Amino acid sequence: MTAPQIEIQLIATVVAVSCALPGCFLILRRMAMMSDAISHSILVGIAVGFFVIRDLASPFLVLFAALTGVVTVSLVELLTRTKRVREDAAIGLIFPALFSIGVILISRYAGDVHLDVDAVLLGELAFAPFNRLTVLGYDIGPKGLALMAGILLLNLLFILIFYKELKLATFDEGLAGALGFSPAVIHYGLMTIVSITAVGAFDAVGSVLVVALMIAPPATAYLITDRLSTMLALSCLIGAICAVSGYWAAHALDASIAGSMASMTGMFFLAAFLAAPNRGLAAIFLRRARQRVEFAQTMLLVHLYNHEGLPGEQRENHVAHLHEHLKWEPPFAGRIVGAAERRGSISRDGDRLLLTDRGREIARQAMVG
Amino acid sequence: MDILGFVANLFADYTLRQVAMGSAVLGIVNGVLGSFAVLRKQSLLGDGISHAALPGIALAFLLTGSKSSLTLLLGAAAAGWVGTLLIMSIVKHTRVKYDSALGLVLSVFFGFGLVLLTYIQKLPVATQAGLDKFLFGQAATLLRKDVVTIGILGGIVVAFLLVFWKEFKLVSFDPDFAVSLGFPVRMLDILLTTLLVFAIVIGLQTVGVVLMSAMVVAPAAAARQWTDRLGVMVAVSGIFGALAGVSGALVSSAAARIPTGPTIVLCASAIVFFSLLLAPNRGMAWSWVREQINRRQLQTEAVLGDLYVLARQHREPGHGHPVEVLRTMAHGHGGVDRSLKVLKERGLVQETGSGEWALTPRGMEEGGRLSRQWREIP
Repeated sequence: MTAPQIEIQLIATVVAVSCALPGCFLILRRMAMMSDAISHSILVGIAVGFFVIRDLASPFLVLFAALTGVVTVSLVELLTRTKRVREDAAIGLIFPALFSIGVILISRYAGDVHLDVDAVLLGELAFAPFNRLTVLGYDIGPKGLALMAGILLLNLLFILIFYKELKLATFDEGLAGALGFSPAVIHYGLMTIVSITAVGAFDAVGSVLVVALMIAPPATAYLITDRLSTMLALSCLIGAICAVSGYWAAHALDASIAGSMASMTGMFFLAAFLAAPNRGLAAIFLRRARQRVEFAQTMLLVHLYNHEGLPGEQRENHVAHLHEHLKWEPPFAGRIVGAAERRGSISRDGDRLLLTDRGREIARQAMVG
Repeated sequence: MDILGFVANLFADYTLRQVAMGSAVLGIVNGVLGSFAVLRKQSLLGDGISHAALPGIALAFLLTGSKSSLTLLLGAAAAGWVGTLLIMSIVKHTRVKYDSALGLVLSVFFGFGLVLLTYIQKLPVATQAGLDKFLFGQAATLLRKDVVTIGILGGIVVAFLLVFWKEFKLVSFDPDFAVSLGFPVRMLDILLTTLLVFAIVIGLQTVGVVLMSAMVVAPAAAARQWTDRLGVMVAVSGIFGALAGVSGALVSSAAARIPTGPTIVLCASAIVFFSLLLAPNRGMAWSWVREQINRRQLQTEAVLGDLYVLARQHREPGHGHPVEVLRTMAHGHGGVDRSLKVLKERGLVQETGSGEWALTPRGMEEGGRLSRQWREIP
């Protein structure tokens, strides 16, 4: 690995982790699409700020663009409050308009400088190591890395300091308000953090992929754990793995690094969607199948119990009769009988089925409960 | 002879006609389908579909090597459809909410699309140029055959909508009732979403995947302000869409270095802004005017009521009360002088001295009526 390669991976990792942290709260608060709105509309702030400051990595530009993000959120809320359009439509109206203004400004007036429309969407991670930060004549690393590290620190501090408040406002807004925490302050604080992160990440991975890094790793973690702290840690870890593996996939294909990172986050989510313990599709289907067998066994025991010791017992408590009485196909009936036998709740006498003491107990409980 | 002018003219004549027609069709179709999306609270689904279409475009090109608009559009539609189904199944099977599923699918598909696009750009084939126009749209690249493709697809979409009009209307406003009547609601749901996918795909070449969602939301949100009837809304929305499409495309074709998509979106946003402000009934300007009228009327009635109370507290009804007292009683809400002027014109009050006012006999009557009326308010 060459030095620039290491630096790129380092930046990618820092970006992914910085995005995952506020992303967790976004998806828990059902505001995931806000990240889409913010990451698009900050382009106006970046465009206008760029014409004034002329430096894409300046901290002032970050603040300027972050302000645009907060303005976007306020505009959406303002529009929703007029009651003329619903919130989702308001989001869908505000950010395309702002983004359009940004794109037109850039392609019209900045076409020949270091800011173009492709960079907006793709980011320029591959070029990040060329933009060095020097302090007192010493080269201390890429500017992008320094900026993102600062943002990561800010996010960490924000979440550590306001962890309790964020948690409360996220899971029980009413209680948070009643206890005297202002949900509005938490809300705008979070939106500011999201905006700042989006601006910083924007330069590296472009506007749409900020959304991928903010939503996909937390959503993946959300499928795996029930604890907020675990979810935060896990989504950071997933984000970091996606960043590094995405870089190497892009390297192999000679394709967009940011796009490849986003694809990786998608792969991880897909894997969790299919195979997460308890909440994955596979786990759900296995559980359903197990429950089906479980339920059928109980049905069988109750059936046997009902006819035990009665005149029709010979005929009723017979494997062949299950098809008629319980509408079970013979293979299924065979499976259930086998399972019940293995569990020791019935015993077989040829094709006749007899309850054991244990089976009788289970049947009795099922009928009472 | 002015060669540049000649070229410009030729360009204007042929290309502009294609551009205008293509944009009109995409505007109409998206306006019409967008009405349903907005009413069904699926405004942002368009965003998901259009972003998810990007890998479809790239894959269609990779697999067929063709850049014909029909191939690419079908690829885009397939990917958009898969994305939508994925969103639905994530929401159905996991606890991930709709907004997260939407954001996830749109950004991941888009990212994958970018990987494919950058991969294609490095391929040693000459034909790949132009695929990146799908990001922000380039109306000037519309050819006659593209317009024909767009027109036919759009026609089919609108025809389907008209055929299933009654069913779609029912499913959009009262799905539970539709289920109880025995309509195949799930199938209708999927059909309507499929139509939306095609509507969006039609616009990708002109508006681009990034901003296409605005063409779904904006005309419909604007049309919603003008009417409460679905049929009218759909028609108005189609007209707004066409208006935004044509004006945006023409502006961007006329000036250099303005991508079409953002221009069309800004035109649509302007229509929304205008509608929110000025549409009859729902327009905010009219509500503001109504509010002002109501407020003035209430102020006037309050001054009359105050004078009535004062008159009841004094023996002689003609006794004048200083305007300062009235101002104090109005709690500084203002409008006392204006109210007195109005009441005087209606012959309900008279000025007994400089700055002193009293009710006329008719004013007493009116004040009594008013105070009885107010007492009835629980």
